[in-house]
This record gives sequence, C-alpha cells and structure tokens, in this order.
Amino acid sequence: MPRAASTEVAAAVADAHRREWAFVLAATVRVAGDIDTAEEAVQDAYASALSKWGGSGIPRNPGAWLTVTARRRALDLRRRAAAAERTLPKLVGPGEPGVDETVVEGMVAEDGDSGDIPDDRLRLIFTCCHPALAFEAQVALTLRLLCGLSTAEVARAFLVPEATMAARITRAKKKIAAAHIPYRVPASSELHERLDGVLSVVYLVYTAGHTAPSGADLMRRDLAERGLELAGLLRVLLPHDSDVAGLLALVLLTEARAGARLNGNRDVVLLENQDRSKWDRQAIEEGVALLREALAARPPGRFALMAAIAAVHDESGSWSETDWHEILGLYDLLMERWPSPVVQLNRAIALGFAAGPAEGLAELDALGAEPQLARYPYLAAARGDFLARLGRLEEARVAFEEALILTDNDAERRFLRGRISELTG
Amino acid sequence: MSKYLILIYQDEAVARQAEGESISASYQEFQRRRGSSLLGGAALHPSSTATSIRRDGSGGFAVTDGPFVESKETLGGYYMIEAADLDEALEIAKEVPAGVGVEVWPVRVAN
Repeated sequence: MPRAASTEVAAAVADAHRREWAFVLAATVRVAGDIDTAEEAVQDAYASALSKWGGSGIPRNPGAWLTVTARRRALDLRRRAAAAERTLPKLVGPGEPGVDETVVEGMVAEDGDSGDIPDDRLRLIFTCCHPALAFEAQVALTLRLLCGLSTAEVARAFLVPEATMAARITRAKKKIAAAHIPYRVPASSELHERLDGVLSVVYLVYTAGHTAPSGADLMRRDLAERGLELAGLLRVLLPHDSDVAGLLALVLLTEARAGARLNGNRDVVLLENQDRSKWDRQAIEEGVALLREALAARPPGRFALMAAIAAVHDESGSWSETDWHEILGLYDLLMERWPSPVVQLNRAIALGFAAGPAEGLAELDALGAEPQLARYPYLAAARGDFLARLGRLEEARVAFEEALILTDNDAERRFLRGRISELTG
Repeated sequence: MSKYLILIYQDEAVARQAEGESISASYQEFQRRRGSSLLGGAALHPSSTATSIRRDGSGGFAVTDGPFVESKETLGGYYMIEAADLDEALEIAKEVPAGVGVEVWPVRVAN
C-alpha cells in the first residue's frame, strides 16, 4: 500500500471513527467479553491507526483493519487480566469459565482483511437499550457506544456535569456486567416490544437535538444528526420492519424543515412564516416513500402516524393550504392507541386551525389541570396564540408570560418576549 | 449460568388473609414448570411478624418490631434461581404468580 500524508491519515481515521466506530466496537465486544475492555481495545486500535497508516498506507477496508486490530488488542487485555488474576490468591475455585484462546484467535485470524466480519451492531443496540436500564442511561450508552461520543460530549448534549454523566454510564455498564444483560438480539417473540424501546431512545436523541430543552440555541445539530444516523442505521439493520421505516420517515420529514426554522438572527420562525423553498425536497421525497411503506402495516405504528402528520405539512404548498382536517384525523388515530397529554395538546392545536381558535382554546383549557403538562411551556404558548387570534390580548399576554417562565431555551425565550412586546406595544 | 434472587411482593392486607393457608395451586404450578431453574425459595409470614435489628454504631443493637421499611407492598417470599442471563431470569420472574410483582436481583459471585 502507498504511504499516506499525515493530514490524509488524520482525515481517514476521523472518517473511520464516524462511520465504523459502532461496527468495530460491536465486533470487539464478543472477543473482549465486557464492554469496558472492548472500548479500551477499540480506542487503542484507532490510536494505532493514526501512527501506522502513514507508513503502511490507508487500508482498503479501514473498518476491517480496525476490527482485527481491536480484537487482537482485546485478546491481549484479557490475557493480561487473566495473568494478573493468577498471581492473586484464589479465595474460591474457578468461577466463570475462561476464554478459549484458540477459538478467539480463530475469530481474529479468519476475518483477515476480507471484510466478512459479522455485523454485531444490532446486538450492541439491544444491549444499550435494554429495558432493565434506566431510560436516561439507555440514551447515554447509545450515544457513547454506538455514536462514539466521549463522556464529555454526552454530558454536554444533555447539559449535565461530566462527572454526573460518567457516573451514569459507569453505573449502567456495571449493571450490564453484574446482572448479565445479554449481548444478543431478542427472540422474535419479544423483538417487537424490545424494538419499541430502541426506537424511543433514538427518537429522544433526535428530538433533544431538534429542539434543545435548554441552552443558547434552538437546535443541537450534533444530536439531531446522531438521531438521524441512528434511525438510518436501524433501517440498514432491519430493512423490513415497518416501525423502523416509520421512525426514519418521521425524522427525515421533520429534519427536512430544519433549515427554515431560524432566520438570519437565529430567531425562531414559526411553521406559518417559514420560507418553504428552503425545505429539503430530497429528504421529503425519501421520507414520504418510507412513510408509504410504514403505513402499509395495519394498524400503523405511532411513528408512522406522527410521520404522516409531518408529511401533511411538508407537502402543503403554503400555510393556508394546510389540510388541518387530515391532521386532526391523524391525531385522533394517535389518541386511540397512544393517548398522552402531549398528543392531546397537539390535537387541540390542530382543532383550533381546523375549526377555529375558540374551539381550540376550549380544548386547551380542558387540559389545564393535566399534571404532566403543568410545566410544559407549549400549552401556555398555544393558549396565548389562540387568545391573540380571538382578540383577547391581555389574556394572551399573561399566557405568553407564563410560557416564558417555563422555557429554558434562549431562542424560544426571545420568540416569546417578541410576542409579549407585540401585545403590550 | 448466573444466580438471581427473586423477591416476591404482595399486598399486606392480602398476605394477612392468606396466613395459614397452604401454598397456592398457582405457585405449585409455577414450581412444577420452572423446577429445573429453582435453587431454593420460601414463603414468609406477614411483615407484622418480622423483627428488625439495626446496629446502633456503638457496639449495641436496636431491636424493633416490623421490617425496615413499612409499605403497602410487603415481601411475601423469595426464590433463588439460576439462569443463562438477565433475559432468561426476567422470563422466569414474569411467571411468578406474585400479587403485586417481583424484584430480580443478580447474586454476587465471590472471586
């Protein structure tokens, strides 16, 4: 192989980190026996790529090179750990059976550079999103192990101190090891239920990026992109699952509008006022094709229904042409099988545009006592909007002020202050 | 194979009513079906019969009536099981005909 320049090597390693991290790690876990050893081995493999690819040239299949290197390293680490154990006095006889080194050597060797390494990423996903782990730990592990984010990056994404996030990840890994959470794709009898948990994690990663719960920016592009990547990865690994198609459709159809959600001053632009020529037509086309596939399943899943709502907006030529009755019908279907106060809130907003602000407002007021929405700023903001449309300006101002108190996102706060000053001005 | 402790919780009021009754048919059926995974287990008297002993920190003990934590759900019994991994343990635990529900705890292996 030809020698490569150091900038070229650095770019190739960064690219391989982005593309191959999950594949390399997933393939190494089986050899390493535990996640921590696998992570260490994979990090070492990337470090040695940086030092070796300059001399040997960038391999034809970087993922395979990294996997073989990481597996060898994992084997070394296990041998070293086993040797260290032998020097300690044994309190009890041999407990866990040791690794069969010849078998592992075989796994490393037979793969060679041929690229026929089994894809273990689905196992890794199901381990990270195991329901026996706390939901926030599932999200953190998914970002750490599947997206290759550092603990500091995961902490920054959710605005918690790095030490807190490190403790959360360590606790989750300890539980995986102590409780023997398996490294396996669930049996088909439980696959559907377990997959729903995985999709929820991926959707949360995406939504946390699409509208950041707090902070300076409306969107966390890094997180939204990871969410899109994860949804795409699931589609590759489970190409015939309609719920996976529904989730990817939803993410694409929502993401298609991302470029129009902020103006030049990074202020929020409501859907009503967005420049629709800025919407990503290719993403919409792709999303709609996936949506058709997802809706072919009877009855359609929740992500497919949410994607269908997004598609109505995406395919509408202008705000005034929006088919609110269609959207209302889709929210009714969502409410039938997945009722939640947030769905009810969105349904009330759709009703307000389909039947008039007075009807929408009445529905919103009925939700006022819902404890799950007590600190949800969009309820107060939606009330403010309908009140303003009805000319009840003083009440509208009070509602927007309530929303402002509940909002931590700076861009949304600027938007709400703008609405308040319009009403007082 | 790994060992797990299944703690069986039931409603305290129901537990008092059932006192003195022999083990129910549903538990017998569970034990028949999952016998090969069961290492041991027992049904307990109601929590009102339990006694807590807490070290007082100066070498003595404080002995009190009842369990450490009083709640509507009370420990009614346990099984010690052996399973390939957590998924298998959870599958077994779901079949325990517990009134309220169960907790599954991995058992530490000395090394």
